[in-house]
Amino acid sequence: MFETVILMMDATVRVSTPLLLACLAGLFSERSGVVDIGLEGKMLGAAFGAGAVAYVTANAWLGLLAGISVSVALALIHGFASISNRGNQIVSGVAINFLAAGLTALLGQTWFRQGGRTPSLPEGGRFTDLTWPFAEQLREVPVVGPLYSELLSGHKILVYVAFLAVPLTWWILFRTRFGLRLRAVGENPAAVDTAGISVAWMRYRAVIACGILCGFAGSYLSIAVGSGFGVNMTAGQGFMALAALIFAKWKPLNAMFTCLLFGFLDAAGTRMQGVELPVIGEVPLQVFQALPYVLTVVLLAGFIGKAIPPKAAGVPYLKERS
Amino acid sequence: MSAGQLPRWVDLGLIPFLNLAAAFLVSGLVVILIGENPLDAVKVLLWGSLGYAEGFGFTLFYATNFIFTGLAVAVAFHAGLFNIGGEGQAYVGGLGVAFACLALDRFVPWYVTLPFAILGSAAMGAAWAFIPAWLQAKRGSHVVITTIMFNYISFSFMVYLLGNVLKKPGSMQNETRTFEDGGRLPFLNDIFPSFGFGYAPVNLSLFVAFAACVFVWFLIWRTKLGYEIRSFGANATAAVYAGISPVRIIVVTMLISGGLAGMMAINEIMGSQHRLLIDFVTGYGFVGIAVALMGRAHPVGIILAAILFGMLYQGGAELSFEMPNITRDMIIVIQGLVILFAGALEHMFRPAIVRFFTPSRALAAKEA
Amino acid sequence: MSEVPAIELRQINKSFGPVHANKDIDLVVKKGSIHGIIGENGAGKSTLMSILYGFYHADKGDILVDGTKVTIADSKAAIAMGIGMVHQHFMLVDNFSVLENVVLGAEDSAMLAGGLSRARNELKRLEDEYELRVDPDALIQDLPVGLQQRVEILKALYRSAEVLILDEPTGVLTPAEADHLFKILNVLKDEGKTVLLITHKLREIMAVTDTVSVMRRGEMVATRETRNTSMEELAELMVGRSVLLRVDKTPADPAAPVMEVENLTVTDSRGVQVVKDVSFSVRAGEIVGIAGVSGNGQSELLETLSGIRRATTGTLKIAGETIDLGTSTLDAADMRDKNMGHVPEDRHRMGLINSFAEYENSILGYHRDPAYSKGLLMDIGAIKKAAVEEIEKYDIRPPNPMLKTASFSGGNQQKIVLAREIERDPEILLIGQPTRGVDIGAIEFIHRRIVELRDSGKGVLLVSVELDEIRALSDRVLVMFDGKIVGERGANAEEGELGLLMAGVEDSQMSVAGGAQ
Repeated sequence: MFETVILMMDATVRVSTPLLLACLAGLFSERSGVVDIGLEGKMLGAAFGAGAVAYVTANAWLGLLAGISVSVALALIHGFASISNRGNQIVSGVAINFLAAGLTALLGQTWFRQGGRTPSLPEGGRFTDLTWPFAEQLREVPVVGPLYSELLSGHKILVYVAFLAVPLTWWILFRTRFGLRLRAVGENPAAVDTAGISVAWMRYRAVIACGILCGFAGSYLSIAVGSGFGVNMTAGQGFMALAALIFAKWKPLNAMFTCLLFGFLDAAGTRMQGVELPVIGEVPLQVFQALPYVLTVVLLAGFIGKAIPPKAAGVPYLKERS
Repeated sequence: MSAGQLPRWVDLGLIPFLNLAAAFLVSGLVVILIGENPLDAVKVLLWGSLGYAEGFGFTLFYATNFIFTGLAVAVAFHAGLFNIGGEGQAYVGGLGVAFACLALDRFVPWYVTLPFAILGSAAMGAAWAFIPAWLQAKRGSHVVITTIMFNYISFSFMVYLLGNVLKKPGSMQNETRTFEDGGRLPFLNDIFPSFGFGYAPVNLSLFVAFAACVFVWFLIWRTKLGYEIRSFGANATAAVYAGISPVRIIVVTMLISGGLAGMMAINEIMGSQHRLLIDFVTGYGFVGIAVALMGRAHPVGIILAAILFGMLYQGGAELSFEMPNITRDMIIVIQGLVILFAGALEHMFRPAIVRFFTPSRALAAKEA
Repeated sequence: MSEVPAIELRQINKSFGPVHANKDIDLVVKKGSIHGIIGENGAGKSTLMSILYGFYHADKGDILVDGTKVTIADSKAAIAMGIGMVHQHFMLVDNFSVLENVVLGAEDSAMLAGGLSRARNELKRLEDEYELRVDPDALIQDLPVGLQQRVEILKALYRSAEVLILDEPTGVLTPAEADHLFKILNVLKDEGKTVLLITHKLREIMAVTDTVSVMRRGEMVATRETRNTSMEELAELMVGRSVLLRVDKTPADPAAPVMEVENLTVTDSRGVQVVKDVSFSVRAGEIVGIAGVSGNGQSELLETLSGIRRATTGTLKIAGETIDLGTSTLDAADMRDKNMGHVPEDRHRMGLINSFAEYENSILGYHRDPAYSKGLLMDIGAIKKAAVEEIEKYDIRPPNPMLKTASFSGGNQQKIVLAREIERDPEILLIGQPTRGVDIGAIEFIHRRIVELRDSGKGVLLVSVELDEIRALSDRVLVMFDGKIVGERGANAEEGELGLLMAGVEDSQMSVAGGAQ
């Protein structure tokens, strides 16, 4: 039983990682007032960039760099449309998702001729598990042993990056000048403008930060847990991250717990297949799949606390003409 | 005020044209990037979609889907709402069609089933839009986000229903039994054999789609409800001043929008597949966003945009056959670019065009 | 003492498209003075100040700060030159603390901690020096408007502003808060700061400034020493002709009440009581004016009576019915059915849909009227016909019902709204700020139409912040202050007396206060 719990928690951490990275990505963007429903597309683009370059160079780090570059490039398109051109941010996000879905499959087929997939990554093209010191030796120690060697040790480096990004994001947001201005520009851009700070440049930086984190998220899928890029391999995780962001009320620590919750539901769904529970019987897999979205809708409805987005989110900034 | 105003033909003609041209120009660059000649590609695409009757039939078949989902997005646009849930509403709309067909197909001819299928699909699509609508109206939960959530909920919901409840006994496929004749709309090829549509699945629902266009035009520009919808979308405060209830408008508009999206299922399920199956919507709901944007939320524009996207779909299939390097994913890229340039970057060319048109107009005004 | 002026503007020009907002503006502001700039709405005051603050760039002209010619590229440059600005709409982040707002944009370093603690000390010092008390840890959204404004002033002082620009600072303040603000401005002056006060209120100019400049239609028309001028002279300069706001009308001959309001209380979305236990009536054939400084509950009163806003408690007698406003669910359409017309205070926000054609706007709120519909459909022919008739009768120009209302001038837009509401022949007309942003010719026309409506035996409830307008039109004047009706006067109410009431001096105190005056 205890072992099952550890395994479940371990799986939860693995599944939560890309969600968490994408969720924090969205947090930077939306806190600055730029709504981003293109998280999915950026993740997918990053997954492809990372998979392709990691395959060609057999170097996971170069793959990661490529993944981040692709994601940031897509983020800049979103920025150009929604900040410089004051376009509709939802529409721009939808466009990014289409572009990424189409381009990754198209270029994948052109370059690798495996139906849009990249070939399996060579040695060195994948991130390997980081085994913590003494993990093997401690394995047999009751309770602490499995916790240490299964749950804490033995993940890809990007998993640790994701969970370290949580306190880092909190610190940037609430303890630095950049964070103060970022939050201000999402609440009242005019106040930031009259304080002599460029609204556009602040938002561009936020959007780039979003791109970088989505880059990590996508790369994790193709060159850390996966061994190469597969067509549409994000499968809606970007939208799930968006749901998590709302559920977390745009707060970093909440984001972590929400992503762990959503990750847990996923892990549980897989595990509960074919398992008869007392009284309710077998719970269909689809219930677990739908639950994160249902929970988010319930939260949005204001039945469990109120999710209040940054006040200027989604509104292009235009200097008022008196 | 008057500084930004342009002649009507520029606003409604030139600017959309430039946006579209930019989208296709970039698409051409992508084609070059994958090592093919874009002009050849255009030739194949045009021939494949318009060059022969069967190809054109496929174009019209896809266009039928896009008209429904485009109208759905457009109606919501008029109320200032962004219904991004066409995908889920169409999917669930399939249930309504399937219920009607499964119940009636063995007893009555298709023309008796059709009204029930229309009502069923519209009702189910509307029902799927109702909760997001109600939450927006009553609790202020943003309809963009809730409809996205409902898309994903619908995917799970439908997989469950088709896998566990509606499945044909003994089948491995997650789908219902195939409908008998009473649950199948005639193909246009059977009605007008001389047109030579061949195996193209374009069917009678094309006319249902045209009827929906007329309905939407009347609704938006000729009825009191349409006036209220447009008022609310253009200036919600003024609408309240005019005694228009925001709750009513949001809910009613979303129901109509969801209903139209749901009706897309008639074309796919009753018109072509003749059974309810998993994933039959495959992005048509999202394409509706592009169609509505390009068609400027006007039924005539939507028909034109739907045919253009139908051409892309059909021509793209042909293209992937003729030039294997250009897979059907190219179409998704082009859609993305159209949404980007015609939607999000809508105003990119505007300042330059305003500069181009203003001096002469300002002079004319001074002389007058 | 001929000192170098703190600010000097030479031949400033600025256009927005075809609108020439500032034309050859010259201005000299003495160091250590309070300099007022007065002008009607749209005279170009705010544009000029935005240029000085680097928010806009002048097309032509020079700015001199402390005698040196400068270019002010953006707000940052203005701040660096010691220019601070308190905007009409506060530039504060509502869910930030006072401290965070003060520090925003002047954080010292990449880490916040240092900047925040320096700001805390500095706020303490400013508090002592200028008596600007405010809790540094309070959230802006929890502070009353007066304190929020104080934070804006602190922001400027924290950035070592030597010149402080205040744009219409009293628009949102109660008279008591305004008085306090003026005290602060005097302290600032005594400390050697220069203050530029932008306002359209004569009283404020007379009360607090040393020098006053008058703007009219984008031009600087005069500069006077405040002690050497008078309200009458300034008013004339502002408007450009001797203002004689008099409307020819006979004494009212009121009949039975057409609307009676009893014990009306309204609470806004923040839970603040904005209308407090208000009772009054409007009789057929009279114009009842509600005077008051903007923001004392008049807007909410109008919105509640017209069915747009919900009341907490109160009753309304209209059209022979008694309605419990606390529980009623009547909306604006229901009130129209009871023969109530409503010309809202803000035609852009509420009265018109500017992207609609004129004829579509001419039935806004009356679109369900059987005269304009055939079943579910609208009768567009009938609507256009009625619109054309109104255009003729109200001399709306250009006379084109197909044109979007956005393309009409302010006066013509207002006539469109007025025509729509009056031509439906209401028994009672609610009318808010009938001539705001309207040219003089249209003002006279509009006033005449209102009086004609009264003479035809209808009741009119008029809300205006322009005291002159209230006095010119009303047969009875009610004064609102802090959500309450604090006094009632007849047709020939004294301006001074109304002013006292508007400032919150209640009737009972009147003799005392009046004596001291």
